[in-house]
Amino acid sequence: MAERNAPLLRARGVTRRFGGLTAVSEVSLDLTEGEIHAVIGTNGAGKSTLINVLSGEIGITKGSVELLGHDVTNWSQPRRAHAGLGRSYQRTTIFPRFSVFENCRLTAQATRQVPWNWWTAAAACPLSTSLAREALDKTGLSGLADRTAGLLSHGEKRQLEIAMCVATRPRVLLLDEPLAGMGPEETDRMLGLLSGLKAGHAILLVEHDMDAVFRVSDRITVMVNGVVIASGVPAAVRADPEVQLAYLGEVHVD
Amino acid sequence: MTANMFAATRQLSVPLIVVALLLAFPLLTTGFYLEFTSKVMILAIFALSLELLVGATGLVSLGHAAFFGIAAYATVLLSPKYGAANLFLILPVAVACSALYAFAVGALSLRTKGVYFIMVTLAFAQMAYYVFHDTKLGGGTDGIYLDFKPEVALFGTRLVDLGKPVIFYYLVLVCLVLVFLFLAVLLRSRFGRVLAGIKSNEQRMRAAGFATFTYKWAAFTLAGALAGLAGFLVAVKDGFVNPEMLSWHESGAVLLMLILGGMGRLSGAVLGAFAFALLQLFFQWEVVFGNFAKHWPLLLGGTIILCVAFMPNGLIGIPGQWRAWRARKNSGASRG
Repeated sequence: MAERNAPLLRARGVTRRFGGLTAVSEVSLDLTEGEIHAVIGTNGAGKSTLINVLSGEIGITKGSVELLGHDVTNWSQPRRAHAGLGRSYQRTTIFPRFSVFENCRLTAQATRQVPWNWWTAAAACPLSTSLAREALDKTGLSGLADRTAGLLSHGEKRQLEIAMCVATRPRVLLLDEPLAGMGPEETDRMLGLLSGLKAGHAILLVEHDMDAVFRVSDRITVMVNGVVIASGVPAAVRADPEVQLAYLGEVHVD
Repeated sequence: MTANMFAATRQLSVPLIVVALLLAFPLLTTGFYLEFTSKVMILAIFALSLELLVGATGLVSLGHAAFFGIAAYATVLLSPKYGAANLFLILPVAVACSALYAFAVGALSLRTKGVYFIMVTLAFAQMAYYVFHDTKLGGGTDGIYLDFKPEVALFGTRLVDLGKPVIFYYLVLVCLVLVFLFLAVLLRSRFGRVLAGIKSNEQRMRAAGFATFTYKWAAFTLAGALAGLAGFLVAVKDGFVNPEMLSWHESGAVLLMLILGGMGRLSGAVLGAFAFALLQLFFQWEVVFGNFAKHWPLLLGGTIILCVAFMPNGLIGIPGQWRAWRARKNSGASRG
């Protein structure tokens, strides 16, 4: 394997407590360009909380987050997003009444904001329209650009959610269960899309679908009750006895 | 392309007809109906200012009358005692007073959401209300008179007399058209689209990289300034202000105008203001309702409840509702 680049996102000792509950405890991980880093774990393992803390949506109790060389631990979510951190949500969060294109154009607009410009029509903004087109091309949604987003199929909505992220030109993508509720064909399409996004992005993938995770991931971190119990390349994680006991074992039982 | 142009013409035709009618209206009537229409157009500006918050940004404020009233009081209190103020001076100053209060209230209230936001805006409006109600600043509960209406003067010569109802009517009409156009352009801009995004899903907007608080703050301040314009016009029209202009009844009434007219469309706010004022006038009509006319709030309230029940999208949504009903009926018939 070629020498690994410097990680785009570096988390060290990330801890988040809710009252007496430690949802995420001392988690350290690196996200590197060209790699999909999957975080797996049972329900309540703290995966979504980890994404929320890394993206700045909720505060951090202890630890540090570094994004593209900047210490962003105390940065707000919009500021982190602006610096190149994109995220998707487990529950689809598109703008249902807008067209598919406008969904992407609006998020793309975040890359260069002109809040004082109250007269030029948004549709005439060359930067956001070209970013939106690019994002729709990359995610294979160009054919649906004029559809009302709320009328898309579930799989298409999940794709749009990714497209909206991509349109902001992020360097790091935090994807919270992009495959949730998808059929086999939609899953294949989405995995193809994720592999395609590896170039130019560092991706954190939180996912329940084990087969999918082992198919696309370059690196896997396993969490149980907020704690990392294993981390490494898929083959090593699969062979780890503790992981088999705590997580994969359960898959074989049912 | 032609379809687009056709749609654009159709979209513009109704507002243009309305403006033409309003332009011609003073030729047909004078006196009460002219002054009434001036008042309603001012209310329409007030409703449009709240529409920017409620309909466009999804921020339901129950304290909007404060900005309306503050500009009105500023107009009276800052006019010279023995002489007319210059319109081009007093208007921006009065509007700036409202904008300033909105800027301060927004900074604090926008940290809350939903029902808390409603309550905090109400609290700030009541605070302003009691300042004028309980202190000598603006004549207390009796209010205060504006003895000289502002004049439009250039180098000491008076150009137009705002004391003439017709001239004042046209001033209000120009303001209404300008506010409407300004908001229509604003909502199409990148700034306006961010507000629409915030209304739809603020969490997603923050994740995309928008510092949503700043946008909401700007919208709140702007809405306060536009409400101030309406307040200024009322003060000039009536030549009198009192604390009731800032009361929560007034904030509630303007919210009802939006609900009645239909939220999410600028024309809904204008339609709502007209419908609200006409209904109020109608229910106060003793020829029809006799002695019961003094209980007009009861009838008005009942009508609004019925409207909300049967027209969830307001008056402006009736054509859409009608089309949906027709489509349902047709598909039902073809299936049957």
